[in-house]
Amino acid sequence: MPPASPAVEIDGLVMTYGDKVAVDGLSLEVARASITAVLGPNGAGKTTTLETCEGYRVPQRGTVRVLGLDPQRDRGRLLPRIGVMLQSGGAWSGVRAVEMLEHMASLHAHPLEVAMLVDRLGLAECGRTPYRRLSGGQKQRLGLAIALVGRPELVFVDEPTAGMDPQARRTTWAMLEEVRADGVTVVLTTHHMEEAEHLADCIHIIDRGTLIASGTPAELTRGGRSATIRLVVNRPFPDGAPESLRAELGPGTEVRQLDEVSMLIHGPADATTLGRVSRWCEEHAVLPQTLTLGQRTLEDVFLELTGRELAP
Amino acid sequence: MSTPPADTAAVGGSPTGTFTPAPGRAGLGRMVRAQARMEARLLLRNGEQLLLAIVIPVIVLVGGVAAAGRLGSTFEGHAPVDLLTPGVLALAVMSTSFTSVAIATGFERRYGVIKLLGSSPLPRHGLLLGKVLALLGVVALQLVVLAVVALTVGWQPSTADPPSTVAGLLLAVGLGTSAFASLGLLVAGALRAEATLALANLVYLLLLAGGGVVLPTGTYGAAGGLIQWLPSGALGEAMRAALVHADIDGRSLLVLAAWTVVGSTLTARTFRWE
Repeated sequence: MPPASPAVEIDGLVMTYGDKVAVDGLSLEVARASITAVLGPNGAGKTTTLETCEGYRVPQRGTVRVLGLDPQRDRGRLLPRIGVMLQSGGAWSGVRAVEMLEHMASLHAHPLEVAMLVDRLGLAECGRTPYRRLSGGQKQRLGLAIALVGRPELVFVDEPTAGMDPQARRTTWAMLEEVRADGVTVVLTTHHMEEAEHLADCIHIIDRGTLIASGTPAELTRGGRSATIRLVVNRPFPDGAPESLRAELGPGTEVRQLDEVSMLIHGPADATTLGRVSRWCEEHAVLPQTLTLGQRTLEDVFLELTGRELAP
Repeated sequence: MSTPPADTAAVGGSPTGTFTPAPGRAGLGRMVRAQARMEARLLLRNGEQLLLAIVIPVIVLVGGVAAAGRLGSTFEGHAPVDLLTPGVLALAVMSTSFTSVAIATGFERRYGVIKLLGSSPLPRHGLLLGKVLALLGVVALQLVVLAVVALTVGWQPSTADPPSTVAGLLLAVGLGTSAFASLGLLVAGALRAEATLALANLVYLLLLAGGGVVLPTGTYGAAGGLIQWLPSGALGEAMRAALVHADIDGRSLLVLAAWTVVGSTLTARTFRWE
C-alpha cells in the first residue's frame, strides 16, 4: 500500500436507521499524520461515520477505506492498527482505571508504557478507583489512554474532551499534538469550535449527514469582507425585527435572529453599521445589553452554512 | 528504542517518538489468558456474585446438614452430608455458569465493554475463550472451597471406584458448566441488562428450590420425572451419581449435552454484541 494514500477515504457513504437518514452521501478524506476534526451538531452523523470506519457498522451505500483497508472485510488486519476512543463507556464498572489500561495494553504487541500514560494523563490519582466512580473527565482521559496504548497508526477519538475541565482539555490537546508530531493520524469528532480551531489541520463540517464545508481553520474563517456583530437586548424583539433591521442596514448585510433577545448580524465591519444598529434599537424601544463586533469564527461559518447555531 | 535529542522535546514534556506507531496484536494465547484473568478477577471482586458463588452454597450445605442432624434422618441409607454435598457443588456450578455469566455479560453489553473489545485486537473467539477459561477457573475455585467446607462437616465421598467418581465428576462439571453458560449467554445476549439481572436471579432461585439440584429428583415425587430433564436436575443427578454411587450417569450427561447444543445454537442465532 503506498504510504501516500489517505488515512481515511469515505466515498458516498449512506447510513440510515429505520427511516431516519443519519449519513447522506458523505465523502471525505483524511490525510496521514494530521489532526482532522469532524465538526457538527449532535445528530449530524459524526459518530455513525466514525463507527463505520471502526468496523462497527456496515456501510449501506458507498465505500469506506481506512489505512487502505476495508473495515469489514479486513477487520482482523485493521483493528490492531487503529485506536478507538468511544464517546462513552467501554469499561467494566468494577475495573480499576489502571487495571483496565494494563489489560488493553496486554492485547497489543508493542504497547506504550502504562506508567507513562498514567502519569501524562494525570490518572495516577484515580489509578485504583473503580471505573464507575471515576469523574467524567477521568473516564475521558482513560478512554484516550486506551486508544493510544497499542501504538496505533490512526486513532479515532469521539468527543475527546467532553466533560473535561479546562486544564485537562489543554493537556489532552497537547498530547494529541504530540501524537500527530510522532506520525499518528488523529480523527476527532467535536462540537466544540475552539477545539477544532485550536487543534485541527483540517476541519470537515457535517450537518444532517452531509459534508457542508472542508478546509483548514484559516481557510474556513477567511473571506470575511464582513465581521459579525452580536446583539443582545433587554427584552424580546418585536415581530419582524430581523427584516426591519436588515432594511435599516441596507444591502450586503445578513441578519439572523437567534432567540427572542439576540441576533447575529453579518455586515461591513464599520462604525456606520454599529451606528445604524443603535439607532434601530432606539426606534424599537429595546436596549442593547451586548453589542460586540468580532472576527469571523467557525461558529459564524457554521451559522452561515446552516442557519443554525452549533449548540454545545 | 532510540533516544531523540532533548531539544526536540514536544509539547507536554516527553521526547518526540513516544507515540511513533508500532501496532500489532499480542499472541492469541497471551490475549486469551489476559482476558480470562481479568474476567475471573472481576467475578471474584463482585460481592453479589461471591454471595452466589460461595456464601449461599455454604449456607445450604451447613444449614442442611445441621437440620438433618437435628431430625436424625438419613437419606436412602446415606448420611445427609454425603447426599447434600454433591448437590451443593452442582448448585455452585449452576450459580456461576448461569447466573453470574448472564449478569456479567449483560452488563458488559450495557457498559460497552464488548463494544470496546470489538475494536481491540482481541477477536471474538478469543473473547469467548477467555470467558470460558475464567468461568472454569472460578468454578474450580468454588469446588475446592466447598469441598473443604464439606470435608470439615464430615463429608465422605464414595471411594468404591475412584476412576469412575473422578470421570463422572469431571464430565458432570464440564457439561453442566457448558449447558448453563450457553443458557446464561442466551439470556444476556437477548435481553436488556436489568431484565437479565432479574431473570437470572429468578431462575436461580426457582431451580434452587425446585430444580432437583440440591435434593435428589426422587424426593420431588411425581414432579421428579420432569425435573430430571431440566439442566439443574440432570447436573444434580450426575454429581450425586459420581460422588455418592461412584457411577457415571449417562442419561443425565446426555441431557446436559443436549441443553448445551440447544443453548449454544440459540445463542449463536440471537446474541447481539451491543
